[in-house]
Amino acid sequence: MTDQTTNSIAFVADGNIPQSPPPARETGAVKWIRANLFSSWGNSLLTIAAGLVIYMVLSGAVPWMWNGVWTTSSLSECREVLAGEVGACFSVLSERWNQLLFGFQYPSDQYWRPTLAFLLLFVAGAPVLFFDLPRKLLAFTAIYPFLAFYLIWGGTLMAPIVAFLGVAAAAFVFQTYGKGSFALGFFGAIIAAFAVWFVGGALIPEGASEEAMLQAVPSRDLGGFMLNLMLGVTCVSLSVPLGIALALGRQSNMPLIKWICIIFIEFVRGVPLITLLFVASVMLSYFFPPDSTVDLFLRVVIMITMFSAAYIAEVIRGGLAALPKGQYEAADSLGLDYPQAMRLIILPQALKISIPGIVNVAVGLFKDTTLVSVISMFDLVGMIRGPILASTEWAGVYWELLGAAALLFFVVCYGISQYSQWLERRLATDHH
Amino acid sequence: MKKSVFFGAMTLAGLAAGAAAAATLDDVKSRGKLNCGVSTGLAGFSAPDANGEWTGFDVAVCRAVAAAVLGDASAVEFIPTTGKTRFTALASGEIDMLARNTTWTFSRDVDLKFDFVGVNYYDGQGFMVPKELGVSSAKELDGATVCIQTGTTTELNLADFFRTNNISYEPVPIETNAEAQQQYLAGSCDVYTTDASGLAATRATFDAPDAHAVLPEIISKEPLGPLVRHGDNGWGDVVRWTMQALVAAEELGVTSANLAEMSGGTNNPEINRLLGSEGTLGEMLGLEADFGAKAIAAGGNYGELFAKNIGEDTPIGLARGLNALWTEGGLQYAPPFR
Repeated sequence: MTDQTTNSIAFVADGNIPQSPPPARETGAVKWIRANLFSSWGNSLLTIAAGLVIYMVLSGAVPWMWNGVWTTSSLSECREVLAGEVGACFSVLSERWNQLLFGFQYPSDQYWRPTLAFLLLFVAGAPVLFFDLPRKLLAFTAIYPFLAFYLIWGGTLMAPIVAFLGVAAAAFVFQTYGKGSFALGFFGAIIAAFAVWFVGGALIPEGASEEAMLQAVPSRDLGGFMLNLMLGVTCVSLSVPLGIALALGRQSNMPLIKWICIIFIEFVRGVPLITLLFVASVMLSYFFPPDSTVDLFLRVVIMITMFSAAYIAEVIRGGLAALPKGQYEAADSLGLDYPQAMRLIILPQALKISIPGIVNVAVGLFKDTTLVSVISMFDLVGMIRGPILASTEWAGVYWELLGAAALLFFVVCYGISQYSQWLERRLATDHH
Repeated sequence: MKKSVFFGAMTLAGLAAGAAAAATLDDVKSRGKLNCGVSTGLAGFSAPDANGEWTGFDVAVCRAVAAAVLGDASAVEFIPTTGKTRFTALASGEIDMLARNTTWTFSRDVDLKFDFVGVNYYDGQGFMVPKELGVSSAKELDGATVCIQTGTTTELNLADFFRTNNISYEPVPIETNAEAQQQYLAGSCDVYTTDASGLAATRATFDAPDAHAVLPEIISKEPLGPLVRHGDNGWGDVVRWTMQALVAAEELGVTSANLAEMSGGTNNPEINRLLGSEGTLGEMLGLEADFGAKAIAAGGNYGELFAKNIGEDTPIGLARGLNALWTEGGLQYAPPFR
């Protein structure tokens, strides 16, 4: 055998070949580029074309942004500073930044109020959005709408307090009677709330808003990105419960409720939002007597809420339809009544399925709030299109302003979308 | 935020003023504020500045009326309106008067039931071309591509003008002034046509305004002026004669500089009647005797307002043209104050 190993066979490996590094073309960045960017002729061509496009965009955009001017007081001064070079005139942002955020009529010494309301929004929203947080935080969420109203509109402290008491009375009535009969609790709650508001409203002394601690700010003076955020947050948080009610109503066995819901949804979905906004701003001022009009902000909130509620109702109906019939039957066989079955079994599953759709509607709605600029409300886009571009200093500055608006909206919408993806992962109960 | 808004509006309901009906003057006086409808933003005519103060040529009319009625040029609630909401805002009583570069036309005056109280700016449709085109008259524009806002009277005027002059053109339809500006600068069209004041304001924002020229032809009449609701003639008179007081002041040489001196009385009885040191003109309107003096004090006479907001020294750079006094070849002509 030794003879064999030494003589008759030319070579026998008696140890491992030492490991050598992989060929340069099969490792690291080179491999990644070869595999992903230049794997075939077609891919290579696309890569080169894409690279050219990116280069063209960046070669235009980067010097434009890099040379940007931030400190001049008008467009013509920007042009003087740039002296013919390519460069953005960001000065409009630095000079009009507060107007972009708060509108041009909000008293400038009161900017801290909406800012504080905005920060508190995160505190109030956190327990709703992240349900791992302690449930006690929800108490602040319940107070937040009234607090935010007081901060933003100011005026007498009595108004939000009475409003809060009305809601609290409604909740109390519902808790007490709702267990026995849902309808009794529901309508009792509504009556209780209106009774408290009526009595409380009568008790607020005339002119209380004038000597209030926080200066009263009428709705007409709201504006800027603040208005978009306020409309977006208010309308989304109102339209989700309304949408759920509409979706359930549409599936109801009671013909009256069913038809009301169907007609509402189909009518609102069949009308463009801008038409509804025109009705809100123009037509309603004819319908109401001249001395009692409903606040313009409220009119717009009602219209946008109706609009998005109809869409959300259809999204949720999709979720309800996706549940197997067995779920409904299982709830019945456990002896649960309708509200219990919905609350405990059907809706948690249906809503989970509907999350992407609801978020889609919410993002769309948030961007649709810019439509209020056509009814002469000065939201972010309204501020840009109206006062800022019409001023003699800044007429002609389009890219900088609209780019900034796009950036603000992108930050919020991307945040919403990231949250919804987190929520879907968090709620996933199936195992992969 | 949900229920609070609902409730807030319920308590605020009734605060939002909407006084209409006949006696607008009394409503304005008891409210202590004039609700004046203006444009959401038109360079030189009405726009809020960086501090949120409204300024402009139309805004000045509102301020003059507020000064004449209430004695305070800042007692104005400016209600911004768009082209689509302006008439309903006035008809529904949300605003007391509208000063928003609105063209005085037959159907607006008669059919929509408004009263135009005068003309504070005579506008007309014009053409802007790049100078390198070498065109000096609109009649040389045969075969030109023209940027034109769709669905406006300017579109119809344009077609009429080219047909009567027997020349052809190719329209490039655009939606807004901003879009037109970009298209025109990018060279998509040889000519941009809209109201001459708009052309001047647009040209003022260009990188090189001197490379573009506004042609001398004005092909339409656009008399712009403030308007009030039909049926309240007392209020209409207040706005009309406040505006005329500004024009008369320029005719008579009353300026914001010499106003205080002249208010004491001069040897010209017309000035004395205008400024209230003689006669009872203010009383006839239901105003103080010195309403004219207060209106002029708000921002100066017509010529001063023009120069300050849209005149040749401003970025807008409009010449007086038709808006010069009748004594200087223009159309501004105040009826006698007697």
